[in-house]
Amino acid sequence: MHLPISDKIELNILHQNSHQAEKNKVKFNNYNLLCLNIMSSPGAGKTRLLEKTLEDLSTEFQSAVLEGDMTTNLDAARLEKLNIPVVPITTGRACHLDANMVSGGLKLLEKKINPHILDILLVENVGNLVCPAEFEIGEHFKVALLSITEGEDKPLKYPIMFREADLILITKVDLLPHLNFDINELKSNISSTNPKADVIEISSITKSGFDLWQKWISKKIMKFKK
Amino acid sequence: MHEVDMTKCLILSMEEWAMKKNKEKIIVEKINLKIGEFTCVEPISLINTFNAAVLGSWLDSSEITIETIPFEGKCSKCNRSYFPKKDNGYKSPCCNFNLEEIISGRELKIASIDFKEK
Repeated sequence: MHLPISDKIELNILHQNSHQAEKNKVKFNNYNLLCLNIMSSPGAGKTRLLEKTLEDLSTEFQSAVLEGDMTTNLDAARLEKLNIPVVPITTGRACHLDANMVSGGLKLLEKKINPHILDILLVENVGNLVCPAEFEIGEHFKVALLSITEGEDKPLKYPIMFREADLILITKVDLLPHLNFDINELKSNISSTNPKADVIEISSITKSGFDLWQKWISKKIMKFKK
Repeated sequence: MHEVDMTKCLILSMEEWAMKKNKEKIIVEKINLKIGEFTCVEPISLINTFNAAVLGSWLDSSEITIETIPFEGKCSKCNRSYFPKKDNGYKSPCCNFNLEEIISGRELKIASIDFKEK
């Protein structure tokens, strides 16, 4: 038996996932396809937001969705009604999408449609404020939703998610008159956690804030395609 | 339970590392990790998950050690470093500025592997 050897490797634990995420990103870039990773807790309104967003977006851009769900295809079925390509990814027991799952989803999407004709791929992650934040999928931007029914303190309680986000959508703001909710406190907590994030207040019922959200998407697509 | 998926990634990285070393001829004694305080990882959960996952495998006798890396930020007004606290919204105690730059605390690393040749 030899003496112990210490091999200093300084390797990211998630190196395997990051490596696949990089490969996904290269694919997205080759397709000239902007990819958004949409994340939130369960019930914050991701699917409803996508339904309403895609209604408007599809007049200007070609879109597709990878729909992450732990156990069902219910959300994917809702989005398929909009006549856009949707690929459900059922994660089983995993509470987030990882880069391999997205790679698999992209392969299925390639069988449905030529991704070269697409402008934007919206990836709806599994509802969870913890895990999705650490697992890159190859996205260009991360969008985190936070509904006002969840409480003002969530950016402080789940700081990684909100720190990692490029855009934070405060959803369900049509409920503001009915709740004892301090939106300024929420915004202050968002600024504390991530002062660089863009923030938009939005409602999928009244569609307030949708003009800003659509502009944000359009700007990102146009800049990406240049 | 993202520690399960982190463990999977860790084991895959170990497999990749071992392929370069000739896996049959080595015994891994310690896998030394650096985990930042500002990550989603609960160290004890990661250790427990790893221990359960490697039972009966070539890593069965290996042990995980975790060095916790403190969460440290830099005040964007006066450039002083500080340890952000949730209770005051991660603001700098010197100038009460929002946390813009993180110096450390986001690490999720395999720092080193201690092994023996058989």
